[in-house]
This record gives sequence, structure tokens and C-alpha cells, in this order.
Amino acid sequence: MPFEILEKEEMASGVWKMVIDAPDVAAAAKAGQFVIVRAYDDSERIPLTIADIDRERGTIMMSVQALGKGTKQITKMEVGESLQDFVGPLGTPADVKKIGSVILVGGGVGIAPIYPQIKAYKDAGNRVITIIGARNKDLLMMEKEFEAASDEHYVTTDDGSKGRHGFVTEVVKDLLDKQNAGEYKGERIGRVVVIGPPILMKVATDMMKDYPDVEIVVSINSMMVDGTGMCGGCRVIVGGEVKFACVDGPEFDGRLVDFDTVMNRLMIYKKDELAASQKYDDDCAGGICSKI
Amino acid sequence: MTLFNKKERTGRVAMPEQPAKVRRHNFDEVALGYTAAEAIAEASRCIQCRVPRCVEGCPVNVNIPKFIKFIAEGNPEGAAEKLFETNMLPAICGRVCPQETQCEELCILGKKGEPIAIGRLERYAADEARAVGNRSCKIGDGTEIEEGVPGAGCISAPTGKTAAVIGAGPAGLTAAADLAKAGHKVTIFESLHLPGGVLTYGIPGFRLPKSIVKAEIDDVLALGVELKTDYVIGRIKTLDEIAREYDAVFLGTGAGLPNFMGIEGENLNGVYSANEFLTRVNLMKAYEADADTMIRKGKNVVVVGGGNVAMDAARSALRLGAENVTIVYRRSDAELPARREEIEHAKHEGIEFCLLANPTRIIGDYGDGTPQGRKFDVKAVECIRMDLSEPDESGRKSPKPVPGSEFMIDADVVIIAIGTAPNPLIYIGATGIEKTKRGTIIVDDDLRSTKENIFAGGDVVTGAATVISAMGAGKKAAAEMDKYLMRK
Ligand SMILES: Cc1cc2nc3c(=O)[nH]c(=O)nc-3n(C[C@H](O)[C@H](O)[C@H](O)COP(=O)(O)OP(=O)(O)OC[C@H]3O[C@@H](n4cnc5c(N)ncnc54)[C@H](O)[C@@H]3O)c2cc1C
Ligand SMILES: Cc1cc2nc3c(=O)[nH]c(=O)nc-3n(C[C@H](O)[C@H](O)[C@H](O)COP(=O)(O)OP(=O)(O)OC[C@H]3O[C@@H](n4cnc5c(N)ncnc54)[C@H](O)[C@@H]3O)c2cc1C
Ligand code: SF4
Ligand code: SF4
Ligand code: FES
Repeated sequence: MPFEILEKEEMASGVWKMVIDAPDVAAAAKAGQFVIVRAYDDSERIPLTIADIDRERGTIMMSVQALGKGTKQITKMEVGESLQDFVGPLGTPADVKKIGSVILVGGGVGIAPIYPQIKAYKDAGNRVITIIGARNKDLLMMEKEFEAASDEHYVTTDDGSKGRHGFVTEVVKDLLDKQNAGEYKGERIGRVVVIGPPILMKVATDMMKDYPDVEIVVSINSMMVDGTGMCGGCRVIVGGEVKFACVDGPEFDGRLVDFDTVMNRLMIYKKDELAASQKYDDDCAGGICSKI
Repeated sequence: MTLFNKKERTGRVAMPEQPAKVRRHNFDEVALGYTAAEAIAEASRCIQCRVPRCVEGCPVNVNIPKFIKFIAEGNPEGAAEKLFETNMLPAICGRVCPQETQCEELCILGKKGEPIAIGRLERYAADEARAVGNRSCKIGDGTEIEEGVPGAGCISAPTGKTAAVIGAGPAGLTAAADLAKAGHKVTIFESLHLPGGVLTYGIPGFRLPKSIVKAEIDDVLALGVELKTDYVIGRIKTLDEIAREYDAVFLGTGAGLPNFMGIEGENLNGVYSANEFLTRVNLMKAYEADADTMIRKGKNVVVVGGGNVAMDAARSALRLGAENVTIVYRRSDAELPARREEIEHAKHEGIEFCLLANPTRIIGDYGDGTPQGRKFDVKAVECIRMDLSEPDESGRKSPKPVPGSEFMIDADVVIIAIGTAPNPLIYIGATGIEKTKRGTIIVDDDLRSTKENIFAGGDVVTGAATVISAMGAGKKAAAEMDKYLMRK
């Protein structure tokens, strides 16, 4: 069957790793790209970042946070079942090149999506520093994989239940301050890449005002329908111009992104989504959820 | 232009319709189709011209007098067989072709009275033949593959050549059908999860039921055409790779990139491109009460634009439950580019037309600012009155804003339907293929692009046009591709 689920595992509370058999997608996929998934016929089209690519095996890994009906349907499917649709790779690949040192920041559900960039940046000859953070230790994931793949690795939790007590941005700040003071030993840190909730990316970008000569790249997860530039629903304002996140992005220069519009547009269906998710949970309690 | 409902009495047989008051609340088809008696009566009006002008008006040269004769004789299946010789999508064309500016415009009877209702008869024959399930094609000398498949009998012996078709819209489907009939091995690549292009994601079910689209596409696939959905060329494979892997390629990727106006407030919540609104409604079935896909239904909906797309968006919004739907168009009624029949249908259903006006900005309701509240929602559209100047060199009257004439229209949903451009994804990693400034592909008279084995047709070449012109291009390109493949 096409798009069969080969592996599934709960990586952190409510966040599932899913490995899908999709040789054509795996052959073409690059770090920074995403796929659009539909669990069943009539399901919503859900965009998910590619978290790992195994070309030899022909598989794509995603990490899916069960939030609303669409993502719950996906994470409730079992190994051996097949997704109805799996389109990708979509979006422009991350602009990976030799920078020197690069800081990769993954916040919450952004942890897994930043993972493939470690290898990409290393292959391009960079020293890679990773920082992952979550509200608490139950929401952290892939620490071993990050540790093994990175040159330098940091962990933070908002509540201090693991790693440093505080936000990922604080570690970024420390590293850049160290560099400015001439105390950072590695190659020059020239870029920070942040994937996470929009508010994290906004805060990180604001903080970068103090480091004008370091690039900041963010990944914009707008609401999407087709993912191919056909609907304009994913539009974001970048440098005063309207861009389509699914085609021109999802990665953009954080300094140019109008985050207020991004965050506002994500709220458009909030009320209806909550209702749909609640209804789905209620129906599920009756044991019929996988088919609805 | 003809106002069907009024003049019809004198000539052609009227089309039965759902009453406007009823249909504005449902997504069922507006036009109900001729009965056998009505079809025979209308078909009998055709004088069977020996040199039929009507055929010249049809981009795929349907043998109009012949198929109409079969209907007049009470043989719709025979009529359908005739249709399938040149047109694999007759039930679709019969419904959405702008017949009044094509086949019917040239019908000789139109000189003194009403032209034959060719589209309606075409629809009748296709629907009837499908209902009885006998749709085999009797011409051609190739191997018969499956009974009941239109065109099956016309398939030539396999040539061993391969062709890729990119995009499963009307252009691609027509090219695929003709290439398959010529004996080539055809694969269609489609980026969405369903084939059909605009027929599936754009044109709403009340004009073109999705079951009809599916049935006619299944007929094309039954010719042995392979369909790969969820397959985005430019991302999963480049055009260059496809051109290497297949002997010839047809590009029919349409013009799906929505234009925006670039005015203040266009990114407020509740502002949609018509493509997004219609895709959510049609492809993602947001019209069904328990659909997973979200859509803002809106109480006061403003649609900007005056083409078929604007009419479809406005009428869909109405059916979703809007109380007031207003079309804002910058020229006057006479210049509305939509089909007259659709404009009349929209008016009867209660769509307001605010003509000679253009939006200047969209006003937001900044709400209570709480995360649960819908902040930055659309509240109103500010428009300005327009004046039509004397016609310019191109003969078109250009609209000019009247200073100081701004006014407001309440709106919680705004739909922008001011045109589309070709989707640029196809060009990623493609070499040697040249395009115009507007992004359309440059082709020669044989519809060949600037690359030897790549042909193109439909909206990706012409910009947004019509179903039947896209099909005509698919047909022409397939014929040229066949010549090229057989020489190769
Ligand atoms: C390019 C891209 C990459 C993404 N990568 C991942 C990923 O790797 N893993 C993952 O778990 N999620 C990812 N997302 C987010 C994911 O697509 C949404 O969580 C999902 O669409 C929500 O659908 P739902 O039906 O489950 O929930 P809904 O009921 O639609 O929404 C539930 C909640 O999620 C919020 N939400 C809805 N859509 C988005 C969105 N696009 N971004 C952020 N929040 C949203 C809603 O406001 C609501 O609060 C990505 C989104 C994009 C656009
Ligand atoms: C709302 C609306 C109403 C209309 N009403 C009418 C009408 O009443 N009568 C009429 O004659 N015309 C009408 N039209 C116009 C008509 O639908 C189009 O002119 C026609 O569909 C063009 O056909 P096409 O095959 O060129 O492109 P499309 O129908 O646009 O099909 C192109 C296909 O290519 C796919 N594609 C695009 N890029 C890629 C890629 N990179 N890889 C793979 N696949 C790709 C798309 O997903 C799509 O399925 C209407 C259009 C709209 C939007
Ligand atoms: S396909 Fe369209 S243009 Fe041709 S005869 Fe039929 S309705 Fe007329
Ligand atoms: S021109 Fe009119 S009357 Fe003559 S054959 Fe065609 S449809 Fe019939
Ligand atoms: S998701 Fe439709 S244009 Fe980006």
C-alpha cells in the first residue's frame, strides 16, 4: 500500500513520531520542506514538516502533535494502516550553506522539524549548535539524537524540570553575548534558525535586534489548503510584500516577517476548531473515532 | 446577448430549472436537464445544414448536426457515440461551455431567431447514455478493451511510446484521452488529491455536479491512462526529469495562482481569494454540514470581480447561508465578463450587484483583542464610485475613480475574484522552457514549447480562459505529439 505507516511512537506527551513509506517523496525531500497529509477521504489536508529522510529505505519521518481533529485522526492510525494522501515535498528547502557556526533552535513541536537541518548544515561544513526547549520535560523529545548529531547541545524547560530553567532564547543570547565579548571558541556564529510556536519565533526575532550582523531564520506555519500556491490562504507579509508560505517559504528572514499578521491569521477558525475537536473526542469516547 | 429565459418562448425549448427561491438554499444542480420529449422537440428544430457553421464555433469540432439528428430520432446513445469521437467530456461541456459565444453563436437559426440549444442537447445525450451504460465507440480499428467505455473501440494498437501529462484539468484530460486512443502509454501527474482541475476545485456542484465530473474522468482513465495524484511536478520531480523519462510531455497546469488587489486590510481574517473559498467549498466539501474543512460562512459577503469565478463565489456564499451577498465590479453591467446566463441566475437568486465601484480598502474590527475573540476580522469594505471614460485604442472603456465618492459596505467575509496567473511551481528546476512576462508558456502553432518534446495548452498558455478552449488545446497538442512520437 502506498503511504503505509511503518513506525509509530509517542516521542513526548501527545507528540507522535510517524514513519511513512513514501519512496518518491524521500528521493526528492530536503531539510526545511514539508508534506501535506490526509488520514482519510474527506479529512482535512494537514501540513507537517519533514523531520527525517531515509532515502535508502524510502521513508519520511514526521512528528505530529495531536491538537485538533485532523492531527488526532493521523496519530490514532496504527502501523500497517495507510494514509489516504501524502503530498510532498512542498515548500522551498532551507537555504543551507557554509556560514561558520549555526544555532538551530527547536521549541516544542518545532523540535523534530529542526532535526534534519543538523545534518544538512554539518554537510555544508558548519559547526552546529542545537538548543531544544519545551514547557516541561514531558514535552521534550529526541534529546539523544540531538546530542549525538550536534557539536554543542543545550536543553531548556520553562519549569526547570530538565536542562536549564528558562527559555531557549536565553541560551541564544548567552552564546551571542559570549561571541561579542570574544569568548566564543568555535567558528563565528553567523545564523540562528528557529522553529517553534509563532510567539517564540517573534520573541527570538525581537531579541536579535541586539545582534544585527547575525541572521535569523524562522519557519512560518500558516494555515494551508493546497500547499502549492493555489489558494493564497497561507499568505504572510514579508518585507512589506505578500508572500505565500507554502511556495516562497516556509522559511523566511525573521526580521522581515510581520508576526502579528501571522499570529492573527492562525486564529481565524479558532472557535470552530475547538468545537470540531471536542465533538471528535466525544464521538471517540463511543469507540468509533478512527473512521470519522 | 441573449437573455435565455425571456426570448426562449419564441424559439428554443426552455430548460427546466430549480426555482430561484429554492435553489439559493441548496447545492443541487440549478438546471435540471431536458426530458426526452423536450430534447426531441429541440433537436427537431435543427435544419441539418450541409455546411454547418456551428461546428466551426466548437474548439473540438463536435459533429453537431449528426449528434443532434440521433437525438431527434430518439437515439441518445447514438448521439453520445458521435460525441465521444471528438469529446470525452460532453456532459461537462454541455453544462459549462459558453455556447452563446461558440457553437451556438454561429448556428444559422440564430440569424433570425433562437439558435439551437446545442449545449443542452449535448448534456442530454451524455447523461442519457451514461444512465443506460452503453457508451462504446464504434470507429477505429484498434483492440477493443472494455465494453461500455466510450472511445474504447477507437484505441489503436500500442505504439510503445510514452507520454506524460502534467495537470489533470480539462486540457490534460483531453490530451491524455487522445494520446491513449492513439496507442501511446500515458501517465497523468496531478498535484491535488483529486483530478479535474477547476472542474473539481473551482466550479461549484450547483452548476457542475461532482458525480458528473468523476464519471467523465473515469471514462478517460478507462482508456488505460494512469493517474498519479498527490504528485507535484517542480517539487517531487522537475519538468526536466519528466522530459527525460517520457518520450513526450504535455503541460496543462492551468492558471491557478490567485491575484490580490494590494489594498489595505487584505490580510484581515475573513478575506479570501476566490480560489481558496471555492476550494474549501468544492474540493474540501465545506458545504456539507459536518465537513472537516473550516470556512467562514459570513452574514454579509462582498465579492470583488465580475467574471464566472465571482458569480460562482457569490452564489456559493449565498448557499452557505449568507444574508447579503454583493458583487462589486468596477465597470457596468454590459461589461460583466461572466456568462449572461450565470449573471441572470445570480440576480434571480438575490445577489446584489454594486457596479461602477472599486474597493479602496478593507476595514478591520479590532475586537476585544482576547485570544479567543476573532480579532482583526473584516468589518466593512470601503469602495469608490467609478466612471467609464470614452473607449481607448483597444476599444475598452477604462474605469476612473470619482474623487470623494467613497462609501462603505458592511462585510464579514470578502472574496477576491480578480483573476489568476499560471502557477509558477512547474518552472522550478526546469531548463529551456520560456515564458512570457505574465508567466504563460510560450508555444508555437503546433503548441510546442521552446523545448523539443514538451507541448503545452489550456490556461497555462492562454491565461484564464474556458474549459472548451483548454480541451481544444489538449486535442491539438495530442495530435501534434502523436505526429512527433511516430516520427521519433
Ligand atoms: C508548513 C507547516 C509545517 C508544520 N509542521 C508541523 C509538524 O511538523 N508537526 C506538527 O505537529 N504540526 C505541524 N504544523 C501544524 C499543523 O499543520 C497544525 O497543527 C494542524 O494543521 C492542525 O490541524 P488540526 O485539525 O489537528 O487542528 P485544528 O482543529 O485545525 O487546530 C487546533 C489548534 O491548532 C492551531 N493550528 C491550526 N493550524 C495551525 C498551523 N498551521 N500552525 C500552527 N497551529 C495551527 C489552531 O489554531 C488550533 O489552536 C505545521 C504547519 C505548517 C503550515
Ligand atoms: C470558479 C471558476 C468558474 C469557471 N467557470 C467556467 C465556465 O462556466 N465555463 C468555462 O468554459 N470555463 C470556466 N472557467 C474556466 C475554466 O475552468 C478553465 O479555463 C479551465 O479549467 C482551464 O483548464 P486547464 O486544463 O488549462 O487548467 P486547470 O483546470 O486549472 O487544471 C490544471 C491542473 O493542473 C494541476 N497542476 C498545477 N500545477 C501542477 C504541478 N506543478 N504539478 C502537477 N499538477 C499541477 C492543477 O492542480 C490542476 O488540477 C471557470 C474557472 C473558475 C476558476
Ligand atoms: S463542446 Fe462546447 S462548444 Fe463544442 S459543441 Fe459542445 S457545447 Fe458547443
Ligand atoms: S448551424 Fe444550427 S441548424 Fe445548422 S446544423 Fe448547426 S445546429 Fe443545426
Ligand atoms: S496553501 Fe494555498 S497558496 Fe499556500
